[in-house]
Amino acid sequence: MNSDDKNIKWVEEPALGLAGKSYIPLIVGGITTTLKHLVGPKMTVQTPEERHAMADPLGYRGVHRLNRDEQGSVKCVACFLCSTACPAHCIDIVAAESPWPDREKYPQSFTIDELRCIFCGMCEEACPVDAIELTSLYDLSGKSREEMIFDKQKLLSVYDQTKDAEPMRSVRERDRTEKTN
Amino acid sequence: MWILLEALIKIFVIIGGLMTAAAYLVLLERRVAAWIQDRRGPNRVGIPLTNIRIFGLGQPIADGVKFIFKEEFIPGHVNRWLYVLAPSAMFVAAIVLFAAVPFGAVDLGIEGWEPIALVVMPGLDVGIVYIFAVGSIAVYGVVLGSWASNNKYAFFGGMRSAAQLISYEIPLGLGILGVVLASGSLRLDEIVQSQAETGVWNVFTQPLGFLVFLVAAFAEAGRLPFDLAETEQELVGGYHTEYSGIKLMMFLVAEYLHMVAASFLIVLLFFGGWHFWGLTGSEPVAGIGVALLRVVVLLAKFMLVVLFFMVARWSWPRFRFDQLMSLAWKVMLPLGLVNLVGLAFWIEYGRPRFSGANEWIVMAIGGWVLLVASWLVTTLLVPAASDNRPRLGPAAADLDTKEAASP
Repeated sequence: MNSDDKNIKWVEEPALGLAGKSYIPLIVGGITTTLKHLVGPKMTVQTPEERHAMADPLGYRGVHRLNRDEQGSVKCVACFLCSTACPAHCIDIVAAESPWPDREKYPQSFTIDELRCIFCGMCEEACPVDAIELTSLYDLSGKSREEMIFDKQKLLSVYDQTKDAEPMRSVRERDRTEKTN
Repeated sequence: MWILLEALIKIFVIIGGLMTAAAYLVLLERRVAAWIQDRRGPNRVGIPLTNIRIFGLGQPIADGVKFIFKEEFIPGHVNRWLYVLAPSAMFVAAIVLFAAVPFGAVDLGIEGWEPIALVVMPGLDVGIVYIFAVGSIAVYGVVLGSWASNNKYAFFGGMRSAAQLISYEIPLGLGILGVVLASGSLRLDEIVQSQAETGVWNVFTQPLGFLVFLVAAFAEAGRLPFDLAETEQELVGGYHTEYSGIKLMMFLVAEYLHMVAASFLIVLLFFGGWHFWGLTGSEPVAGIGVALLRVVVLLAKFMLVVLFFMVARWSWPRFRFDQLMSLAWKVMLPLGLVNLVGLAFWIEYGRPRFSGANEWIVMAIGGWVLLVASWLVTTLLVPAASDNRPRLGPAAADLDTKEAASP
């Protein structure tokens, strides 16, 4: 393409005035910007002492938890819907006959490999009894692979840890209907 | 014997102080850079093996240990002699420079003791020339390092650095010459003394010289608006691309010491050194208390200049190389000459006429008028942008040949 091609639209920069040519507004502008930021508010969040303010902790997909029912035992009925839905095959359930009268089966063991999990939230959606949920805990770390395979005990303890800040969905819905009534 | 001991103590203090200062100025620079970018900077490292943080003051120790324990890799394609020599040359030159930086003089009040000059080389008659000469050796470090590296990035960096440093020596020298002319001495302590006695710092009477010196000092220190020699984005670090481990640290520390030296020079030449009105007095030799106060004043001024260096780093974009050169030769060199000539005229014709109390007022007014007038003239004469953008019509290169051809 030649420089005299009629498709090229030539744009000239606006001419600098005397102030612009003397560089003074640019010099002053540069240093005022930096000085403003030097004393301005800082964006860094001092993790772990401070935590990020999450817009919606209930919508966040972090570490899993296994919810408890009113008696304090695990809510899960070992229906395998979550492990079937899981695209990463990270949920392993061993079912056994339930010792409680309200259901037929219960999970004898329930393990989630947090290293395989992709945190898609499909287990939460698949669960018919609101037993498995994703919390807003995001700083998941461990010193070995074995440590990152969460068993039933660990998942229940995550529930105990987060139940006050993030009540399970059934409780939230109950509260909401009570409020509207 | 005693002189030797005295000199050894001074050398020990200066080198120890400089190394510590360089380490902690790097930390300060990182913190300031972070603050300007709305971050917080390194604030975690504290006392080793404890959880005490003290604002990240342990960071320089961690940095130093990391540098020392890094693998010191010498590539096979380098010229080994020059490759090893370069960082040492630059480092030594950067440290030796501080032998002539005066912190004042102290009279300990002990019977039979001479007053002690707080400088490693007291009574050095060529003080400023010495600093100027030793400071220029830095170019050798850069050029040797880049040449020995046998690497094109390093070579470009070295070429740029050589051209830049040599060009800016001239405005730097012109800025210094104005001060030397005004105080009538090449000794740094006498230059400070002359400012202290009158109470009029050179920056008030020679703003133009100060401006020229400041810009040239930025360029000599290779600080950001002028850090063409090591542009990370285009030259991968420039002349120290091939260096690692402690040799790289020596390069970096030497560069930092150049900034420290430039800051000290700015304070000594233009901001009255250890002098502050109504605080330090103006006699050449002071008692212990006042001498300590003078050192504190000098260091406080120095810190302010260093902070300006650090803030300036993030304030203005880097120059293009041709702009850098045209700034040196087309702007700074004439401005420096104008300052020098104006000052010479003042000393020859103005000072005898206005001698008395209002001598300094007239001189300061003259200096500022000179600054504004010459800045204005430069603005009108020098094109704002010497650029190579595409334009409509015949290319600039064609125009040049046509103009050259026409009589």
